[in-house]
Amino acid sequence: MLARTASWLYWIGRYMERAEFTGRLVEATVRLDALSARPAGTGAWESALSVAAAGEDFAATGQSITPSSVANYLTLAEENANSIRSCLYNARMNGRAVRTALTREAWESINRAWLGLRDRSATGGSQATINLVEELKAEIRGFEGAMHRMLRQESHWFLRLGAAIERADNTARLIDVKYHLILPEGEEVGGLVDRDQWGTILQTVSANTAFRWLYSEGLSPGRVVEMLTLRPELPRSLAACVSEVVTILDALGRQTGRQGEADRMARLRQKRTAETKVDQIIRGGLHEYLKAFITENRLLSGAISSQFRFD
Amino acid sequence: MAGQSFFDEIWGYSRARKPRPGFDEIAQWIRTTPKSELKRRQDSAEAAFRQLGITFNVYGEEEEAERIIPFDIVPRIFTANEWDRLTIGLEQRVNALNAFLGDVYGDRKILGDGIVPADLVLGNPGFTPAVNGHRPPHGIHVHIAGIDMVRTGPDEFYVLEDNVRTPSGVSYMLENREAMLRLCPELFEIFEVEPVDRYPDALGAMMKSVAPEGASSDCNCVLLTPGHFNSAFYEHSFLADNVGIELVESADLIVDDDIVWMRTIEGRKRVDVIYRRIDDEFLDPLIFRPDSMLGVPGLMAAYFAGNVTIINAPGNGIADDKAIYSYMPEIVKYYTGEDAKLPNVETWRCREADALQYTLEHLEELVVKKVDGSGGYGMLVGPAATAEEIEEFRAVLKAKPAGYIAQPTLALSTVPTLTDKSIKGRHVDFRPFVLSGTNGVTTVPGGLTRVALQEGSLVVNSSQGGGTKDSLVLRPDDQQPAQSQSQSQAQS
Repeated sequence: MLARTASWLYWIGRYMERAEFTGRLVEATVRLDALSARPAGTGAWESALSVAAAGEDFAATGQSITPSSVANYLTLAEENANSIRSCLYNARMNGRAVRTALTREAWESINRAWLGLRDRSATGGSQATINLVEELKAEIRGFEGAMHRMLRQESHWFLRLGAAIERADNTARLIDVKYHLILPEGEEVGGLVDRDQWGTILQTVSANTAFRWLYSEGLSPGRVVEMLTLRPELPRSLAACVSEVVTILDALGRQTGRQGEADRMARLRQKRTAETKVDQIIRGGLHEYLKAFITENRLLSGAISSQFRFD
Repeated sequence: MAGQSFFDEIWGYSRARKPRPGFDEIAQWIRTTPKSELKRRQDSAEAAFRQLGITFNVYGEEEEAERIIPFDIVPRIFTANEWDRLTIGLEQRVNALNAFLGDVYGDRKILGDGIVPADLVLGNPGFTPAVNGHRPPHGIHVHIAGIDMVRTGPDEFYVLEDNVRTPSGVSYMLENREAMLRLCPELFEIFEVEPVDRYPDALGAMMKSVAPEGASSDCNCVLLTPGHFNSAFYEHSFLADNVGIELVESADLIVDDDIVWMRTIEGRKRVDVIYRRIDDEFLDPLIFRPDSMLGVPGLMAAYFAGNVTIINAPGNGIADDKAIYSYMPEIVKYYTGEDAKLPNVETWRCREADALQYTLEHLEELVVKKVDGSGGYGMLVGPAATAEEIEEFRAVLKAKPAGYIAQPTLALSTVPTLTDKSIKGRHVDFRPFVLSGTNGVTTVPGGLTRVALQEGSLVVNSSQGGGTKDSLVLRPDDQQPAQSQSQSQAQS
């Protein structure tokens, strides 16, 4: 496979995953802010910007933080390189360029997602925003379905590798939202609002029911953190993403005969994650753990680029 | 042109709406299928094209304006006899073009014999000194030709233009057929139609056949595209996908020690045959335009060393120049010893004083084209132009007469076409695709029919509002499966 093709497939995987995550983030924030009995106010939208690492860029637009300005910025803004619109645009442009490496079905799912969003100019109110995200999620499920029906060849593995690396990054950022989300004055850690916020995080990754399956005890910050970081059963958890990256690199190694630094890093990370206990994470500082994870994930992505000659 | 009577490919010259012999059933189909139903099917085809991304970009419009070329649901039909005559003529013409290119970049006999003026060839912008004296692998220059044809009567087919550089449009031949099979299956019950879907295999086989000598039998063929912003990118990816070859951009290729390699995730892989869809001038900045970002430095050196086949061969522009076109009858005769089976359209070369004078005196009835132009840009269609446009063009022509040729306005045939209100005749042209390899000359039965959707318009270019139609070639009656089977039984 051409190195350029591999690289662009990898980035399609990342962009599609990022689009979906951003959609989920917006949806969760709408719920947290507008639909909750105890509105979180602009604080929720500020934290959404932090999770998406878009705080500074948003500030540079000169807009004030309101639910609609931030929802628009994260969803439709062309000037935001990571808005859902930009992600789908980039995924589609890459998809067009590597059209031959995609199945018709996979290409159509990307193109359709883009066409569905292309002409939207405003997100509208809370309900309209949630509807828009619902449509987006359906389109991306279509893409994932198409991706999983592809031949188990390089094209398939590079798409999935990009998606897995991006998902690991996104989940880490999502958990980290709690670090940025300041509790209103008078509210205690472990109190109602705190629990609401953790509940919303679960909702973002559609993991409320999953939590009930995995934990018979009630919702607690420690348990949510454990599920999202270390439980391999949850496909979005850091542990699951970490293992998926190893599996995919193995498959690529078998097909291309190439293994290297990326494999070594990914296996090391997998081993370390398997040995980690949630108490250690919390004792050492959750935010610090996540920051280190995000950095390591970025380095791994760089190692993948050099191993497969992306540039 | 008002009052002029055009030949219609279904109705002939009949004013009484009586179809030509053999076209009763299609006439019946056109009459009885409700317009709303045809419109629905046409919309469905166009929606599918958009979802597939079969689009082209219009140069000069807002960046990345992706449009689909309008598709017309009423097909154009060739009888088996008509098609046989066409293919024999096409093969003769392509063979002559090949011989001409080998000659002008070789011994230049045709110039020495005074058949074509030497200055017209050697001073032509299409003549490429860089490839002078070089014989491409197997001596083949024109691997893929798109010969533009027009029809003016039952037996009058003319060649309007030879495209032997990077002719495009073959994906429409294939996708339009897909759409017709899906949307109008009943037509294929009425008619036995020759399939077009073997084109990708034929293209792949041709490519393998022209690999440089010494290349292994599983030689590596690639399609080189300028990139996904190019207006024909869909076609590039479609062809690469269907032939089963890599679609590469110039950044994917490197030349080392006169050998072309592509960069893969596993390292370098040698490239033997390049079907390039970029123009000569962007092939190699070391030989052609030094400012080109598209090219592959060293590619021409690899080509000259005989290590790679380039499809079509660089330098072909001299053969499809419109001034050279006017000599095609003589060129065909010179190399094949036969009269051209497909006639040219009468052409006045404005570089010649008499012709220029005639052209200037008859601008309002002529079509005047740039010798090196394409896409319907920079041309004058006299009968459709305003007096003002004609005067403007007169000045342009006088300033640079050698840059133009003039042709009579042809009474292009019409084919019934779905319009807003009803089915009306609209003018068409036709581009068949001719493949030449060491495995022979192949014309897949079909091609691209372009239709001028505006009433009375003769300009079919997609960039000028033209659309496309499927082009059906009927099977000869005696080759229908049931009959041929009984024949062989009788013989045994």
